[in-house]
Amino acid sequence: MSEKVLMKGNEALAEAALMAGCRHYLGYPITPQTEIAAYMAKRMPKVGGTFLQAESEIAAINMVIGVSAAGKRAMTSSSSPGISLKGEGLSYLAGCDLPAFVVNVQRGGPGLGGIQPSQSDYFQATRGTSHGDYHMLVLAPNSVQEMVSMTFKGFDLADKYRMTVMLLADGTMGQMMEPVSLDMGDVTTYEKPWAVTGTGCARKHNVINSLFLKPEELEVKNFERYEKYNYIEENEVMYEEYMMDDADICIVAFGIAARISKNAIDMARAKGIKVGMLRPITLWPFPKKEMRKIADKVKCFVSVEMSMGQLIEDVRLASECTRPVLLCNRTGGMIMTPEEVLAKIEEADKTGGEN
Amino acid sequence: MTKNMLIAGFGGQGILFCGKFLAYEGLLEDKSVSWLPSYGPEMRGGTANCSVIISDIPVGSPIVSNPDILMVMNLPSLDKYEDSTVAGGQIFVDSALIDRKVNRTDVEAYYIPATKLANDEGLTGLANMIMIGYVIKKSGIIPFENIDRALQKVVPASKQHLLDSNRKALELGYNYAE
Repeated sequence: MSEKVLMKGNEALAEAALMAGCRHYLGYPITPQTEIAAYMAKRMPKVGGTFLQAESEIAAINMVIGVSAAGKRAMTSSSSPGISLKGEGLSYLAGCDLPAFVVNVQRGGPGLGGIQPSQSDYFQATRGTSHGDYHMLVLAPNSVQEMVSMTFKGFDLADKYRMTVMLLADGTMGQMMEPVSLDMGDVTTYEKPWAVTGTGCARKHNVINSLFLKPEELEVKNFERYEKYNYIEENEVMYEEYMMDDADICIVAFGIAARISKNAIDMARAKGIKVGMLRPITLWPFPKKEMRKIADKVKCFVSVEMSMGQLIEDVRLASECTRPVLLCNRTGGMIMTPEEVLAKIEEADKTGGEN
Repeated sequence: MTKNMLIAGFGGQGILFCGKFLAYEGLLEDKSVSWLPSYGPEMRGGTANCSVIISDIPVGSPIVSNPDILMVMNLPSLDKYEDSTVAGGQIFVDSALIDRKVNRTDVEAYYIPATKLANDEGLTGLANMIMIGYVIKKSGIIPFENIDRALQKVVPASKQHLLDSNRKALELGYNYAE
């Protein structure tokens, strides 16, 4: 399997989920991620798994809760408006400490919005998909190869930490084809003594529940969960640096915006501008420490994002507002050109980010 | 070297398929490649296009907004993308479907009546591959010798009987003399 094949991001992701041992896909179609469901419909029966098109996104996420409670790897996928519908279930998954793998192939919003690529669910993914104190681990691939590797890793992280891992892609990542290797190595399996698998009258029954009416108990649960989150922030941050060694301007971008920024950086470097990029691969946990270190070296940051200024907030927080942060953005399904990013880099170079 | 190509036409002409063929051959040549289709509502009965990049260095943005090579199979596509082609670039026109010439004087324009040739040669539906054969000849975007192996990758197993006609179409375009 080491030979590279040409695959669409959505299909490569689906195949990677099967390789990660996922045998339950519960979904509901929506552009631009329907290929995931179509691929699963074709492949799941052949590997002895369950493909189910639910009656709605809400039903699908609740089925994920059920499969996960039984100790099996489960996934669902959708696009922006569909993820909003899944919000309640995502909070319940957190409250129950259940693993799950959820894909959001983002499109423009708000509301039904459009079907073209977007990154405007950044807040939703990293802050508040729904109610309560909780986080999801959020992975942001920027190539078809990473769609595969992050899916494989995502299932592992979900089981390891008993939490939801969200893969945050966008329409271009889902629709584009690139060469990809599906050689992912072995799947790590985790003991799940908490799963509701039937006691065989041999043990006390397990309960999976997110209702805690005694506030003392619920507070302890939340404290414990945040200890886990702190551990993850220390140990699971992923990012990539591009040309940062001598850079005095730092672009921050993820996913497709990072790909476009790379072209712009190459163009700016050809003009002698010292610009580099920090690309967060985990959006939560955000690479805060790295960003803080970079803030001491550069004169300013540029947040390149397909949203109205969401990523920029994490850039400001992580750099503790020690450096100006410029915004280079498009929204509503529009994608910035490398030339637009280059113009912003030139502005940053000229002004140092000060207005 | 990086070749940015944009292929555009009507839905149903095999625009996405012939782009995938090029990208696959690029992959087999150990190049970095990307293929990005339009996926909007326009693909249901309207215009279709895809960006194909074949490069010696890792592909950055997969979106081709200024093609080195533009291949068009309907008039709206030529109208839409002619101006965005880079100076010194190449524009390939299916002259059986587009009855105007390229206005730009700073690009190389090539005309081939691909849809008519396909119909005359019993290769209906393969005008896309005739165009691609001609593009390969004039641009060198991929070598022609190895077309068979990429065809085998992109023609699905259930349609292997179409390999010969696809090869014939590519050869027809490659050997077309203006």
